[in-house]
Amino acid sequence: MPANAFNGQTDYGIGIGLRVPHYRHILAEKPTVDWFEIISENFMVDGGRPLEVLDRIMEQYRVVQHGVSMYFGSADKVDRTHLKKLKALVKRTKTPWLSDHLCWGSVDGTYTHDLLPMPYTFASARRTAEKIRQVRDFLEVPICVENVSSYAEYHVSEMTEWEFLSEVVERADCGILLDVNNIYVSAQNHDFDPYAYINGVPHHRVGQMHVAGHTKFEKYILDTHDHPVLDPVWKLYAHATRLCGVTATLLEWDDKIPSFDEVHDEALKANEFIADAKQARKKK
Amino acid sequence: MGPVGLKPAPVHAPRRLATTNDVVKLQRLMTHVLVRPLTAKSGMQTTWTDGRPMADVVGEFIKPNDRLTAFERLQLYNRMYWFRIIDAFYDDNPGLRALLGDKKFLKLCETYLAKYPSRSFTLRDLSSRLAAFIAEAPELTAPRTALALDVARFEWAQTLAFDGGSRPRVEAAEIARTRPTKLRLALQPYLTLLALNHPVDDYVLAVKHREALRDAASNTSETATRRARLKRITAPPRGRTYLAAHRLDNQLYYKRLGRPAFLILSALQEGRPLAAAVAAAGKRVRPEQVRAWFAHWMELGWFCRP
Repeated sequence: MPANAFNGQTDYGIGIGLRVPHYRHILAEKPTVDWFEIISENFMVDGGRPLEVLDRIMEQYRVVQHGVSMYFGSADKVDRTHLKKLKALVKRTKTPWLSDHLCWGSVDGTYTHDLLPMPYTFASARRTAEKIRQVRDFLEVPICVENVSSYAEYHVSEMTEWEFLSEVVERADCGILLDVNNIYVSAQNHDFDPYAYINGVPHHRVGQMHVAGHTKFEKYILDTHDHPVLDPVWKLYAHATRLCGVTATLLEWDDKIPSFDEVHDEALKANEFIADAKQARKKK
Repeated sequence: MGPVGLKPAPVHAPRRLATTNDVVKLQRLMTHVLVRPLTAKSGMQTTWTDGRPMADVVGEFIKPNDRLTAFERLQLYNRMYWFRIIDAFYDDNPGLRALLGDKKFLKLCETYLAKYPSRSFTLRDLSSRLAAFIAEAPELTAPRTALALDVARFEWAQTLAFDGGSRPRVEAAEIARTRPTKLRLALQPYLTLLALNHPVDDYVLAVKHREALRDAASNTSETATRRARLKRITAPPRGRTYLAAHRLDNQLYYKRLGRPAFLILSALQEGRPLAAAVAAAGKRVRPEQVRAWFAHWMELGWFCRP
């Protein structure tokens, strides 16, 4: 859906992640970019250069917050101090929606700084959805949860990942940040059909999509974000766009980061698939 | 002793996740596995803390597939955990790494993070307990423990100066309005006062300069002259050094202070009134000197309300 309740009724187009190696270029050259995704945690600080850069970026560009540490699936209660810091940033950026991952990563207040896969059980879905609701109610901003890439599965799981994602977002009444690269990576690692995944999620809840590069090893694939997007991932993106409509799309490139133009050009490849998807929807 | 802050792992993984307690047990067990240090060959340890094969422990909750065992699947996460935090630790402590050398630094890093895993949502705080740990486990940095301690304190002060909070400055007129015996001033949260036993500011800056040269060299054909310039930096000799690590216009600075100036600032930071703080510097300090210091510190914006 181009604009829906889960992305704050916006139609943001194609963005890229705001990364340190590009700061100088962006601030000096002011290139045309639809929007930037910022990692919330990088700016949940009390002062100094990070906030100065953010303020300067916001003078020129729209930004959307993407988090990596909310851990909706962790059994720990929501950390109020963390939430207050996040809310202060939400007020500063006026992000129309906020995303974080459907995962866990901390217990007893100890952080792994990883996006660990959830056990796909109904009880976990209930608890996770409740936590998403709590966070949304506190932050007063729409939330989209992102499917993570994974390398392990649990014996206790009772359903597929896409059934779990659907169960959580329906219960939480929140949006989905559909990461098609993560779907591809997990599909290869766990032998499922990535198209079945995309077909199986509630399309009207997709508020944003992610694309990224990954790295293939002999027995598994890692979600490395250090390459251009591979063809099978673009194909999945095209399929998702046909089903969900043209949605705010973001390219993630986090390691071995090339020039700004190279990253932006890679992101803009999405336009090709968006045009195809629009044609296909018109024919319908 | 296990990681500080993490409650003991359950002996077995829960068979069902019916209650929150079951989820906690599963997450606690898996976290204990992930934060366990890797082997010398960067693999997951093959034996669990109670002597059972790790494969059996992991196999209780992780499914294998047709290409990887449960052990191999969780090993991916165990490796990624350590690679990620070691990378962050390297980035934040270049001076300590140069001082100790790679092998010793890695050992310190692993031992520290195995005992004190992250308690913060941000990797920025990873080194917050490092200086205390160096004092707690001096054998890891011997015979350079005193110097390592100074470098760790200095590098953590840099982190605080980079993105620590700032509060509205106290203006000169406000200071003039209040009697010195009543006036209390706080220092900006981003400012750290350091009383060190070595002049580590010059040392760490030299290391950073060398790292920058090394990065540049990796993009060009390295000449013999350049290689020579990248040689070892001599560790600083002992020498009492007073420093303020701070920022101005969002750039980091390290200001050397004389002992009397350091004592005044420390007294203010402890909450003593201005008159008492100035008295802490001793009787030998001339009033015009103190006035000049305060004028400069005001200019730098160091003072805020308590």
